[in-house]
Amino acid sequence: MNIEGKRRVWKDYQKEIAGDNFFYVRSCVRQNFFPGSEKTFLRILKEELHKDIFENAAHTTCSGIGYHSDIVPFETTMTIVARQFALMTESGYENFATSCITSFGLYTEILETWHHFPEVEERIRKHLKNATGREFSKPKNLSHASDIIFKFRKEIAAVGKYRLINHYTGKPLRAVEHIGCHYSRMFPSKGIGGAEYPYVLIGMIEDWGGEVIDYPERRHCCGFGFRQYLIQANRGYSLSCSKKKFDSMAPYKPDFILTNCPGCPMFLDRWQYTISEMEGITYGENGHGIPVLTYEELAGMILGYDPWDLGLQVHQVPVEPLLDKMGIPYNADSKFLNKEGASMGKPKAPSFLKFY
Amino acid sequence: MKDFGYTLQPDFSIDFDRNDKRMMLYVVNHEPSLNLCIGCGSCTATCSTGHFTSFNIRAIHTLLRRGETHQLKQEIRKCMFCGKCQLVCPRGVNLRNVILRINRAIEQIG
Amino acid sequence: MKQRIIIIGSGVAGLTTAGVLAENGFEVVVLEKESRIGGHVRKWDRLFPNRRPANEVMEFIEKVLNSSVDLRCGVTVNGVIRHDEEFIVLLSNNETVTGHALVLATGFQLFDAHKKEEYGYGIYDNVITSAELETIFKEGKQLTTNEGKTPHRVGIIHCVGSRDEKVGNLYCSKVCCVTGVKQAIEIREQLPECEVFSFYMDLRMYDRHFEELYYEAQQQWAVNFIRGRLSECSENPDHTLILKAEDTLTGRPLKMTVDIVILLVGIIPDPETGKIASMLGLPIGTDGFLMSGDEHIKDNTTTIPGIYLTGAVKGPASIVNTIADARATAQQITSRFMAG
Repeated sequence: MNIEGKRRVWKDYQKEIAGDNFFYVRSCVRQNFFPGSEKTFLRILKEELHKDIFENAAHTTCSGIGYHSDIVPFETTMTIVARQFALMTESGYENFATSCITSFGLYTEILETWHHFPEVEERIRKHLKNATGREFSKPKNLSHASDIIFKFRKEIAAVGKYRLINHYTGKPLRAVEHIGCHYSRMFPSKGIGGAEYPYVLIGMIEDWGGEVIDYPERRHCCGFGFRQYLIQANRGYSLSCSKKKFDSMAPYKPDFILTNCPGCPMFLDRWQYTISEMEGITYGENGHGIPVLTYEELAGMILGYDPWDLGLQVHQVPVEPLLDKMGIPYNADSKFLNKEGASMGKPKAPSFLKFY
Repeated sequence: MKDFGYTLQPDFSIDFDRNDKRMMLYVVNHEPSLNLCIGCGSCTATCSTGHFTSFNIRAIHTLLRRGETHQLKQEIRKCMFCGKCQLVCPRGVNLRNVILRINRAIEQIG
Repeated sequence: MKQRIIIIGSGVAGLTTAGVLAENGFEVVVLEKESRIGGHVRKWDRLFPNRRPANEVMEFIEKVLNSSVDLRCGVTVNGVIRHDEEFIVLLSNNETVTGHALVLATGFQLFDAHKKEEYGYGIYDNVITSAELETIFKEGKQLTTNEGKTPHRVGIIHCVGSRDEKVGNLYCSKVCCVTGVKQAIEIREQLPECEVFSFYMDLRMYDRHFEELYYEAQQQWAVNFIRGRLSECSENPDHTLILKAEDTLTGRPLKMTVDIVILLVGIIPDPETGKIASMLGLPIGTDGFLMSGDEHIKDNTTTIPGIYLTGAVKGPASIVNTIADARATAQQITSRFMAG
């Protein structure tokens, strides 16, 4: 592989990312899946980068999860999104930052729709006004939270305590990056690096000392697919998609998987357990899985935040092998203690996947 | 093993690298005119069997070329050997011999 | 005084037009932006459909050029002024040329395969273009992988940059199908143990002896044809490549490992053409190629009297068609000036 060839593609897909004064909207599912990630993002922006980032307590789901599950019609979704923009406008912000990839894709899709069909925008403005009395301005800048971490990756590396270097061997850690489908596949120009070779996560891994693996099924979806997952009988499809990816990446012996979507880390993490229980297969070294991280978690690890503050204890695939390789200390005894120091209960050990 | 209420699904795609091409090689070596097929489907359109069963000689041949042979045995039995396919073929493929050779390949290989 | 004709471009189209005009008694000036004449054909090894050496055709075309043809290489057109019945062409070297008619023979460029990002050209080392394969043949080299190994299996990909709205080219490049079949045969000829798989949507064997070449590829060379457009290409740890396409004749997705991928890059207008067309105010078609006076009956003239089009400046064309077109252009010009 010729990395210069990729750099050439990356040059063609640059986008503007606001530098400060963000209006932040959360994902409706990430706080359950990876509960420390959004909190860590806010902490990094405020405490490390000293940026102004604001959340309006009245903001809601973007309804993308319902839209992509064929439950919520586009008209309704657009009106909900218009309300989010109204909250931003009322709060005095112009730079919209989203935690969720599907939200990011949906906001982009809606802004593009309005650009090409101004009459739709007018209609939605009327709907919102009738329903809530609110009015809005469109964001000056729309960024996904991973774009923002990408923008400040060098600053994070500069103040970071750890690097993506195996401290036993001194070699770079090897990472698989997985981009959410809704990040740039619909609008390649809206994603850093485009759709075929997205750079947003690679940039972080490179600048934090790691090495990126390009494997044959890199472009394959994690399999979430909304409708597939939501119906239990269809989940085998979702599972099979993830397995295709694991089978393809395993020969490269990745130290971890980095993601920027709510669904992908959820499925790439949890399905490793399911596959191990169904087939007895594990994909990491010596019966371990391959740890799966969100970009906020990884940034938090680089910055030396306590792994349990990052929420790494709720991962299905234990992250300890990666912490060990990076030389990050952790207290095994406090893994399942809550903030008050009381036990949260310890999960039952899986049959095959190594557990701590 | 645990039952989750769903299972892994077999990969529907043709994995050319993994497939066994021995039967294809046997048939093509014994009837090289098969290489001339252009996938036009004349054979299937005129096939006496194909109108009343799932038998599709054009598709069977294409699958054989890719090493997809698991259904070959049941499918090839349906041929009534009338020879209309050969009559209509614009590339002059000797389809009767192709059918015979597929049967022979099933006996000898698989 | 002899009439002087200015021809922009010295490929097959420009040189053939120049040769006939010179024979007919005109003074001819040929302008070429490259450092030597000959265009794309000079770089090609053998030609479809009969695989004759390309230099034989070049030698024939160059032979008819006589002393009344003034060849000027390494110059581009900075401007054109129409003055009475004459055209004054301003050149990049600050010289000017004056003529009584202007022939645009600016030809084509090959599609930049980098634009089909999913095929990995420039990223995966064993993905090459049809033009690069032609260079390997012309230099008399063996086809090997980037690692120097003899390939066991090669994939030839049709319609790269053609019939593809995603890259802005809706049209068919016409010459790639038969080039792909020719190159498949040449690979089998050079490496009899190497399998060749062509991934195509349609095989457009439109001209004389093309279908016969396809027949030969199947009968004599056992080239495999899979009807399906390549969707993406990725790399294995050993630098072999995985191709994903639909095998549309079985209705199923297919994946296959190959050692080398050859992209049959399509034909796009030369950027110089657009520049000159805007100087002159000539209409450009939706495909980016120039529009002639009438596609059926005045295909060598333009909306401007005295300006002529010849060859691939009007869209993809084979050498056979280009030579015929160039002779027609020369004939049109001759008739116009002979009539007075």
